[in-house]
Amino acid sequence: MEPLASEHGETVRRIVADLKGRPGPLIEVLHAIQAQLGYVPPAAVPLVASELNLSRAEVHGVVTFYHYFRSTPAGAHTLSVCRAESCQAVGGEALAAHARQRLGVDFHQTTPDGRFSLEPVYCLGNCACSPAVMLDGQLHGRVTPERLDALLSEVDRKR
Amino acid sequence: MTLTVYVPRDAGALSLGAGEVAHAIAREATARGLELQLIRNGSRGAYWLEPLVEVATSHGRMAYGPVTAGAVPGLFDADFQSGGAHPLSLGPADAIPWLASQQRLTFARVGVVDPGSVADYVIHGGYQGLRRVLAMSPEAVVEAVIGSGLRGRGGAAFPTGIKWKTVLEQPAGQKYVTCNADEGDSGTFSDRMLMEGDPLSLIEGMTIAGLAVGATQGYIYLRAEYPHAHHALSQAIAAAYQARYLGADVMGSGKRFDLEVRLGAGAYICGEETSMLESLEGKRGEVRVRPPLPAIKGLFGRPTIVNNVITLATVPTILHRGAEYYAGYGMGKSRGTLPIQLAGNIKRAGLIERAFGLTLRELLYDYGGGSASGRPLRAVQVGGPLGAYIPASQFDTLIDYEALGGIGGLLGHGGIVAFDDTVDMARMARYAMEFCAIESCGKCTPCRIGSTRGMEVIDRIIEGRDTEDNLRKLEELCDLMVQGSLCGLGGMAPFPVQSALKHFRGDFTARVQQ
Repeated sequence: MEPLASEHGETVRRIVADLKGRPGPLIEVLHAIQAQLGYVPPAAVPLVASELNLSRAEVHGVVTFYHYFRSTPAGAHTLSVCRAESCQAVGGEALAAHARQRLGVDFHQTTPDGRFSLEPVYCLGNCACSPAVMLDGQLHGRVTPERLDALLSEVDRKR
Repeated sequence: MTLTVYVPRDAGALSLGAGEVAHAIAREATARGLELQLIRNGSRGAYWLEPLVEVATSHGRMAYGPVTAGAVPGLFDADFQSGGAHPLSLGPADAIPWLASQQRLTFARVGVVDPGSVADYVIHGGYQGLRRVLAMSPEAVVEAVIGSGLRGRGGAAFPTGIKWKTVLEQPAGQKYVTCNADEGDSGTFSDRMLMEGDPLSLIEGMTIAGLAVGATQGYIYLRAEYPHAHHALSQAIAAAYQARYLGADVMGSGKRFDLEVRLGAGAYICGEETSMLESLEGKRGEVRVRPPLPAIKGLFGRPTIVNNVITLATVPTILHRGAEYYAGYGMGKSRGTLPIQLAGNIKRAGLIERAFGLTLRELLYDYGGGSASGRPLRAVQVGGPLGAYIPASQFDTLIDYEALGGIGGLLGHGGIVAFDDTVDMARMARYAMEFCAIESCGKCTPCRIGSTRGMEVIDRIIEGRDTEDNLRKLEELCDLMVQGSLCGLGGMAPFPVQSALKHFRGDFTARVQQ
């Protein structure tokens, strides 16, 4: 396990100090860490555990239970493609295959150049505008493979 | 004169370019020297018309859609400021037949009001329910909710007032009101639309619930996939505190109610109420064994109301208009209205609120206009990923809790996903098992292991290997999961599989051996 960078350690301590007085704070703490650092470093787990007076197993168990929390940094851009039924009914599977092929990675992976992470998502609540994807927090509806290419090129230009 | 234009900031409308349209309108108004008031409302739910732009005129709100940023200068040229004719003109928004024929009680303000404005909410009838509640006894409030016949809209359809009564009857002490906004079912988006378009109705509903049962703290458990709803809720909660509709002295009554949003972290199982409570406590979202019921021992071990967004947002209307008014809609034991979400392969997808008792056929063809692809509709899945597939031969079934239960289906949260005749039902059955395997909390074996075994058996069936033997195994496995699982995830994930086997057996048996 990589040790926690000292500035990350400071961030984690500050987050825990801010939130530890709230009822049931662990998930709030993890959200704040991921919002700040982009992921929850495995080396942050013992620190969070000791600061919240929980066992490492409890913290590890929560981090790994929830799909949203990641233990490795994401790429510069994150593309989430909906895999659920409504999107499947209008070409969602073909769109998912196109995303994999275009980025050259499978779901849950990041491109070797660190530009894109590809994630599955099970419903974005945009089912009246299927198929849907979310790119860097922006929701897009009725996405065709051509439209997806255009969106990816657009964010890639921004670097 | 100030020009007032409405452009939705609903996530679905934004996903189709509403943000760019709003910018274009602001730019064009500036260029033409017009004073503009741009209101970012919710969506009216007619998504095939989004981005739907409305202009306030002396003849009411005139609608245009679907508008693109490129079409905006042309709208100004056509004098849309005064409701001028244009190819995108839809006439008065309220008179669009798809909307005008609906019975909007819960969604009356969604797409109409400015979601962040308490003043606008009050102008449109908001906080009338709470005003009445403050003059009523807690027992009378609970009786009104029981009398309305309102049942939990999250999917379980348990009578809301009975749940409240149980919490009210617990000894005084810390109690909680929690809102389950972990809307994870594919094909559903009514919670999202309501939270983005009229969040104050949810806030008012939770405040009423708190006063009715003696709870001073509310939590909204919101899924992390809904950033736009998070923003709208946070804004509306701050506005409600500012106007003293939340806090230590609700509407000058001396009664306290505090409310905050807690974010989920991408776990479908947290829509199950006991799992949601675990997650609110900051733990893994594993389901609890019931009893005790959450109404007796819920959040942090205290008596807790757990209701869905739509359930709570309907409460203000019931208290404002009266239990009889609400119960006057609907049929049989399904009273009131249901915000139905129509999605998938359908021409006119969106939100349709109607009294219970519409047929699937009316919904799919009169509102939906048939498939988007132009091919025949073959099946619909009603009630999310755990809901049964219903074949075209049963499209005359009524949308009602008991009627759908009668054909082996369930209404759930009211989401309906349409599929045309290209759908491979064996693959959809496999997906149901795959989804359960991904989302199982792991606590009980039938769900954790059964779903993975189910996926493997269906894979063999799809490959055409030992079809009859594997079909028998699959049916046995489905029975075991239904009977043996701890909660609805493992207990209902077999429903889509069993219904696919029952109505579309040919999709399983006619595979070519690979």
